[in-house]
Amino acid sequence: METGAVLRRQRPPRLLIKGVTKRFGGVHALRGVDLEADVGEVHALLGENGAGKSTLMKVVAGAQPPDSGALWIDGAPFAPSSPREARERGVAMIYQELNLCPHLSVLENVTLGRETSRLGVKRLDAARERLSQVLTDLEVTSFSADTLVSGLGPGDRQLVEIARALCLDATIIVFDEPTSSLSAPDVERLFRVTRRLVDGGVTVLWISHFLDEVKAIGNRFTVLRDGETVGRGEVSDTSTDEMVTTMAGRSVSEAYPRSPRAPGAAVLSVQGLAGASAPRDASFELRAGEILGVFGLVGAGRTEMLRSLYGLDPMVSGEVELRGATIERPRPPRWVELGVGLLSEDRAREGVALELSIADNVTLSSVRRLANRVGALTRMAREAAAEPWRERLSLRASSTRQPVRDLSGGNQQKVAIARLMECGAEVLLLDEPTRGIDVGARVEVYRLLDRLAVEGKAILMVSSHLPELLGTCDRIAVMHRGVLGAARPREEWTEDAALAAATGGTA
Amino acid sequence: MEAEDPTPPGRGTAAARQVADILGPFLGLIVVVALFGAVAPEGFLSVFNAKTIATQTVIVGLAAIGATFIIRSGGIDLSVGSAIALASVVTALAMKAGLGELPSALLGVVAGAAVGAVNGGLVTLLKLPPFIVTLGTLGAARGAAKWLADEQKVDAPSGWLKQFMSKNPDLSGLPGVIRENVPDWLVLAPGVWLMGLSAVAAAFLLRRTVFGTWTTAIGSNEPTARLCGVPVERTKFAIYVFAGAMAGLAGVLQFGRLTVGDPTTAMGKELDVIAAVVIGGASLSGGTGTILGAMIGAFLMATLANGCNLSGVPNFVQEILVGAIIVGAVTLDGFRSRRRTS
Repeated sequence: METGAVLRRQRPPRLLIKGVTKRFGGVHALRGVDLEADVGEVHALLGENGAGKSTLMKVVAGAQPPDSGALWIDGAPFAPSSPREARERGVAMIYQELNLCPHLSVLENVTLGRETSRLGVKRLDAARERLSQVLTDLEVTSFSADTLVSGLGPGDRQLVEIARALCLDATIIVFDEPTSSLSAPDVERLFRVTRRLVDGGVTVLWISHFLDEVKAIGNRFTVLRDGETVGRGEVSDTSTDEMVTTMAGRSVSEAYPRSPRAPGAAVLSVQGLAGASAPRDASFELRAGEILGVFGLVGAGRTEMLRSLYGLDPMVSGEVELRGATIERPRPPRWVELGVGLLSEDRAREGVALELSIADNVTLSSVRRLANRVGALTRMAREAAAEPWRERLSLRASSTRQPVRDLSGGNQQKVAIARLMECGAEVLLLDEPTRGIDVGARVEVYRLLDRLAVEGKAILMVSSHLPELLGTCDRIAVMHRGVLGAARPREEWTEDAALAAATGGTA
Repeated sequence: MEAEDPTPPGRGTAAARQVADILGPFLGLIVVVALFGAVAPEGFLSVFNAKTIATQTVIVGLAAIGATFIIRSGGIDLSVGSAIALASVVTALAMKAGLGELPSALLGVVAGAAVGAVNGGLVTLLKLPPFIVTLGTLGAARGAAKWLADEQKVDAPSGWLKQFMSKNPDLSGLPGVIRENVPDWLVLAPGVWLMGLSAVAAAFLLRRTVFGTWTTAIGSNEPTARLCGVPVERTKFAIYVFAGAMAGLAGVLQFGRLTVGDPTTAMGKELDVIAAVVIGGASLSGGTGTILGAMIGAFLMATLANGCNLSGVPNFVQEILVGAIIVGAVTLDGFRSRRRTS
């Protein structure tokens, strides 16, 4: 044991990253990342959404060259110019969206692009033997080399990717949020497989924001925040509280306009909502004149909750009441009639019609009401309806005829909200309303939401940006792996507590 | 999200899945045969009629072999009918110019392959959608055929090429022992044998070779195929050239059948070809479709046409039936694949 430990000390680390920076346009995605992962360890990479984890992994995978800084594998400089080169150096990536061909068998997937053949006819006996050995080593019994991938569940598909990595003699395997689509037994199996990998000398980089899982599987960890390495240590020596503090550790500097509000009666009440895969269980009451915040990390099931509630995705179970009346399996047109509007997180595709004018966008959901007696819709009627909104929302546009494409992200979002208001929405379900908007415009959106709440609208706001929820909401509920926790007044929340609830750490 | 692991419905080996996939088209064929067996006059269920249907399957069947590769790779080819016409004209012109039958036939195949090369080149170099590219060559190849043929049928001496589509082929070329002992039902048009052998070879190409696997991989998940090092562009180009050559071969046989090179022949055949592949179980989104399925699809359509003719069903009813069968087959397939993925 002693000599082994000494030997390990003398060997260079498996993966060494020093001072890596990367900027996209004016945005610093990475501003100085250091990381050191040893042979035979599970190294956890922690950080909030947007901390730079994905960019760093792209650098390691050879998909993005760094602007400055350097990497080493086993002491030798590592500057891959393509994913292929990184693969040849032993780096395998296992992404969230798995990279497999469903119509091919496991063996065909594992050997794809590097088949051995004679006169074009495949000769895969050696590869098949190797794969069978790898599958045996991984204790896989649920499928074999000839199973078609289309018949496999997400957990098994992930194992196929791991098997492919092993057949390629990977020495560094990067898991990107590996458990986000797995069931509990599959997670357990993945943990066992991962331990076996590291026992065999592979280095695993484990990207996750689930701290409970990092505690269970990780040896050491590195924390990124705003593109910088801000902490590292041994997982066993560090509490989840400490990890959360390192991950969050920022001051709330943005201004949140906030008028005194007087929330009224519950307008929308949802009980035990479950969708096809997410959410698993969501219950909440939304009151008139309040902003209810829903916090959670990407993949927690927040967007799915809104979509299945709104009838865009199937609702498997759950009861929905609007102003005391039960609503059965509502579809979007019915919701619009009932005065409930949904704002998608995907502004460019589902929020606004980019090629249409401001007037067309604002009136898009209200064309029936605006049409004249013979059913014709005049431009004049649209512009007359849209004009007040230009003033009210202080849209930076010379006229309502301007195409929405020409507006900034913040102004586009205001147009999208105006569309909901124009069709008479009293309940607003907003999914990441400030995504991709610069700080100044964000404050304007907050001001708009504040005013709407004061007017008595009921607003539900989903966000992964904690400070904005703490700043603007009256109550906040946290979603973790498809389950929505109870809504509590925002005074009872701290950043650490919310982040802990969202990551499954103990608050 | 801890998604409940959905019980995988289609779990099984590639071989098992293939049997299941072919079952639908095969049952469809049996239903059509049984239906006309009950409705149509005596002659329908005769050996002679079966041979007739088999011969009528050849042109669409040969082209469908190539189209299976294209559709499996996630593409589409609308230029098949025009490529057949062009190949028939080129073969006729070569014969007329005094070239022998074999060189003329080869030139016909090359003409088809050239259409395929244009398709593949435009799809891979200009990154244009195959639908648009082949819609263009649908017109252009037809125009080229008319140009070469001077807008009329090209008369040419036809020797043994004519025999290819004859239901009573001249057996004098065969050794005496075989000629005297061959049972009557095995005396098929040589074109049918050619189609059968091509189908077996193509099925081998699809199943056992690297080219076939790459074809499936591209149709299944193109970005992943590229990531894994599959030369996507080169493979696609080869697929279109191969499919063009198969259409060219069909054109050569079309010349043999008509004994003239006709620039207006096989109008709209591309839709029959796509229908055959789709009835055979292929999905236009790629990754699926087998040679056997396409053969069954082509045979089913020929049976339908033959049965309608024999029972005196008017042509328009036949067209409506074909349309309904195509939509029905794709609907069934949609249900199946939805069950698979949900």
